[in-house]
Amino acid sequence: MSELRAWLAAAGAVCAKDLRAEFRTRYALSAIGLFAITTLTVISFALGPFGLEQDLLAALLWVVLFFAAMAGLARVFVREEEAGTAPALRLAAPPGAVYLGKYLFNLALLLMLEVLIVPLFVVMMGLQVGSLGLFALVLLLGNLGLAGATTIIAAMVSQASARGALFTVLSFPLLLPLLISAIEGTRSTLAQSAAAGIWPSLQVLGAYAVAMVTVSLMLFPLVWTE
Amino acid sequence: MNWTRWSMIGKVVLGVWMAGVLVAAFLVEKPDLGQVGRIYFFHIPVAWVTVLSFLLSSLYGIRYLVKRQRLDDHRAANAATLGIVFCLLATVTGAIFARVTWGAFWNWDPRETTIFFLLLFYAAYFALRAAVADEERRATLAAAYNILGLVVVPLLVFVAPRMAELAGLHPNELLIGGQGGMSPPVRRVFLAALAGFTGVFVWVLDLANRTARLGEALADDEEA
Repeated sequence: MSELRAWLAAAGAVCAKDLRAEFRTRYALSAIGLFAITTLTVISFALGPFGLEQDLLAALLWVVLFFAAMAGLARVFVREEEAGTAPALRLAAPPGAVYLGKYLFNLALLLMLEVLIVPLFVVMMGLQVGSLGLFALVLLLGNLGLAGATTIIAAMVSQASARGALFTVLSFPLLLPLLISAIEGTRSTLAQSAAAGIWPSLQVLGAYAVAMVTVSLMLFPLVWTE
Repeated sequence: MNWTRWSMIGKVVLGVWMAGVLVAAFLVEKPDLGQVGRIYFFHIPVAWVTVLSFLLSSLYGIRYLVKRQRLDDHRAANAATLGIVFCLLATVTGAIFARVTWGAFWNWDPRETTIFFLLLFYAAYFALRAAVADEERRATLAAAYNILGLVVVPLLVFVAPRMAELAGLHPNELLIGGQGGMSPPVRRVFLAALAGFTGVFVWVLDLANRTARLGEALADDEEA
């Protein structure tokens, strides 16, 4: 029991360290935040005058979130490699705890991003959310899976060359089922559809998050150790 | 028994078999979709081999992570290389078939989504392999990515049918399973094509794997 507690404490410490470093430079947050705002502006600029259907807006919201995530979430591990602090981190914490800590950090980044971008999206594009609770639940479950997949891919990419492009290329196929069901789920929380048939999407998003985090925890020691 | 002679015989039998399948595919009575339906004999076996190669590649990946034999990594990469070839063939034949029967080259029907995933996944897999210089690192990362793909596939199979409103253009019941709308002669040719394409896949994969083994042996000799 105390072992588990020490493990969780190590994960918490990794996450806290990253959060502290992030708030000093605000590199990742400003990167993904500005990227998301740029994408949103382009979409709004180009498509706003046409009064898009609500169904389409749900898909566009996830397109914005996906590309913003691709712009910044690889930082967690790439930064360690670039600064040469990865070996120290390997010594300081067990691999599972490193994964969990980085996972929590990426999750926090995504949540901060959404607090910023979702209200903006609602205002600029005229998205009409029907059930606010379910809408938030879809976003949250989507984040859990998105962070799970991107964290392990970030760890893999940090050891390769051409990291930025590779991160997106590797992530997209793995995120395909997540994106499909997140768009589907978001659609059914909008005003017109009144939460019809949201359950299967929630199931898939939940299953995706659990499966991704479990497999990542198993694979991470292999990916992480030199 | 002399292994070389058996493999020679096998090779000849495979060649004759495939020639037979090719001829029979155009001579047998036409399937229920008409002349167009003859693409059954090529499209479905090729798609099946794509799935098979994907599974094999993942299994070799897992075996590499357990046993740490460099050869298993080569085998995984070989299976994926063949997979991407068959995947392209399945996509192209499928798109032609779809144009003729459903009116558009691409509809995001569930199986189209799945084959598209495989295509993207293989491409990403090779992009990853190309980006890692160290051989051992590359093998580990590629195997890990393979396993992640294996985890995603069942979810995708569950999700894909709900994506399009016109979900399920493909016939759903397994065509091999009896009432699937194939007359007995057509089904016989179809099964022969399935076996033939699987045989071609196994043969080429074995060639590639043997080449890889020789390469490894040569490298070991040079080190020693």
